[in-house]
Amino acid sequence: MHALTGAPWLVLLLLGAAHGLNPGMGWLFAVALGLQEGRGAAVWRALGPLAAGHAAAVALAVAVAAALGAVLPLGVLRWGVAALLLGFALHRVLLNRHPRFGGMRVSQPELAVWSFLMASAHGAGLMVVPVLLSEDLAPSHAHHHLPQRASLVASPAHDALLATAIHTAGYLLVTGLLAVVVYHKLGLRLLRTAWVNLDLLWAGALVVTAVVVVS
Amino acid sequence: MLNPTPNGHGDAIGVVDTDPASKSYGRLIGQTEFPQGDNELHHFGWNACSSHLCPYAPHAHTERRYLVVPGTHSSRIHVLDTRPNPRQPELIKVIEGSEVHAKTGYAAPHTVHCGPDGIYMNALGTPDGGGPGGIFMLDHQTFELKGRWEKARGPQHLSYDFFWHLGQDTMITSEWGTPSMVSQGLNPELLLAGKYGHQLHVWDLRTREHKQAIDLGAEQQMVLELRPAHNPTKPYGFVGVVISLADLSASVWLWYNEGRHGHGAWKAQKVITIPAEPADPADLPPILQGFKAVPPLITDINLSVDDRMLYVSNWGTGELRQYDVSDPFHPRLTAVQRIGGIVRRAPHPSAPARPLNGGPQMVEVSRDGKRVYLTNALYSPWDAQFYPDGIKGWMTKLDADPAGGLALDPRFLVELEQGMRPHQVRLEGGDASSDSFCYS
Repeated sequence: MHALTGAPWLVLLLLGAAHGLNPGMGWLFAVALGLQEGRGAAVWRALGPLAAGHAAAVALAVAVAAALGAVLPLGVLRWGVAALLLGFALHRVLLNRHPRFGGMRVSQPELAVWSFLMASAHGAGLMVVPVLLSEDLAPSHAHHHLPQRASLVASPAHDALLATAIHTAGYLLVTGLLAVVVYHKLGLRLLRTAWVNLDLLWAGALVVTAVVVVS
Repeated sequence: MLNPTPNGHGDAIGVVDTDPASKSYGRLIGQTEFPQGDNELHHFGWNACSSHLCPYAPHAHTERRYLVVPGTHSSRIHVLDTRPNPRQPELIKVIEGSEVHAKTGYAAPHTVHCGPDGIYMNALGTPDGGGPGGIFMLDHQTFELKGRWEKARGPQHLSYDFFWHLGQDTMITSEWGTPSMVSQGLNPELLLAGKYGHQLHVWDLRTREHKQAIDLGAEQQMVLELRPAHNPTKPYGFVGVVISLADLSASVWLWYNEGRHGHGAWKAQKVITIPAEPADPADLPPILQGFKAVPPLITDINLSVDDRMLYVSNWGTGELRQYDVSDPFHPRLTAVQRIGGIVRRAPHPSAPARPLNGGPQMVEVSRDGKRVYLTNALYSPWDAQFYPDGIKGWMTKLDADPAGGLALDPRFLVELEQGMRPHQVRLEGGDASSDSFCYS
């Protein structure tokens, strides 16, 4: 296993940033908590739990992929991940269900759980897996006649943790920036004019990731 | 619109033109008739509204497009699509009463609100005509029944309206009577014994558990429409009480919470009292003759979206009152407009010589707070007791002055034909009792 260097880190960071853009991933919640309490400190206080929940969702997806990688051929794993990503995309577009839990008066741990569930339910963690798979694959291109295994399992746990941390850093940066700027500067007027259908955009991202992972 | 007369026509949803620049302004321009006429249609509502922007379930792209219409007598639920032709909504789904009974255990559905996680609807009671009444949910896309909402109902038995403080994860419900207590008309024995509803109930919106009952006193009979402040940081709201057994007055109560983020105990106090008016028994229907007075009968109230103006319908005396409730503990009467009424029979300015019956009943306020719409029918078995000459259905509009003031629009009087009666009004782009907010 080669140390992960170069482009994948940037990809992980940008993917995290992209996740942060989605209001369903937490910045909107942080703004609402600030408005509800009438102070900016509530926005800042929400960021830690949101990031922790998001990181946990990513770490879980990476860990599950690694565990499966130990027993499945890489090709099977990649198709499996692609199928799951498409499943999440279809779920976004066709069902668009509301979660049946949640509320405005949430404690820090509840907020972290919310963030974890939202990231998991939207396939955010799963979207990170292909980045690691493709990186792991790179060195083995030259030896494709050899039996291939997803080498995540062989990668040191700290690489997976590092990947999660980098992804979360990108997420936190954008989530925090959006929440603070919207709360203090832009206000909710933004929502009336600048709202794009992020559900569709998100589904598109899932499909693109699915295609990339098997191509 | 509901059709209480067995004349072969079904109930219907009517579409009224509210554009003052239009040639058909103030007229019924479309009508979708339902297959049956036995529904007793009550408080219908939209499939989606501002609450879908709540940050814990943000699905901003659910369209405000479908109207969900409960039938209180048939337990049927009709779903209409307003998108293809807003003037002629299309009936796309009918949930039969038997299905509502089987899947929810409730009967007599009454009020619809779009919530952050689906459509909430309440019911007056159970299929056998008794209680408890309560709330059930529908999927906001498929309109499938999702079963009962309550997880622990505590002492709550009677049901009428429900609404919430989304910012405080709190639901409030009110009390009228079970189907058997109301569907044969107002029962004077039950009324004089104080058996109709007189409590508010407070629920945790997240755990769906009953938290607190607030008793307004057994003499405060029939605690109906709940109008919480729209501002999600303000834990207070107003509720109308139809009649006091002490003196036939009607009242409006304020419920409020002084704890941080609504964590304290909820309380309620009377903030508006409207006295009964003495009347000649000869002018009164049999049910009121012994009292020699006409009770105001507050049957609906509505709060403007900016939480500043409260509108109070007095269906008995035929008055719509406007109060400035900037200070919710001390409402200030700013205008009174008379139309209809059991004794008064006040006319509309478009036909000053012609008395109108029925009175201000369901009241709806536009989001800008400048237009107020009224209809005159309450509930057909009760209409017959208070207006025995038979309510002639009308809808009218008032112009509201944001600084205080009300005037009937002389160009706006919709009179319904063939015995049809109007009840709930919904405005196309949302209105003061459709939208509930998670952001201040």
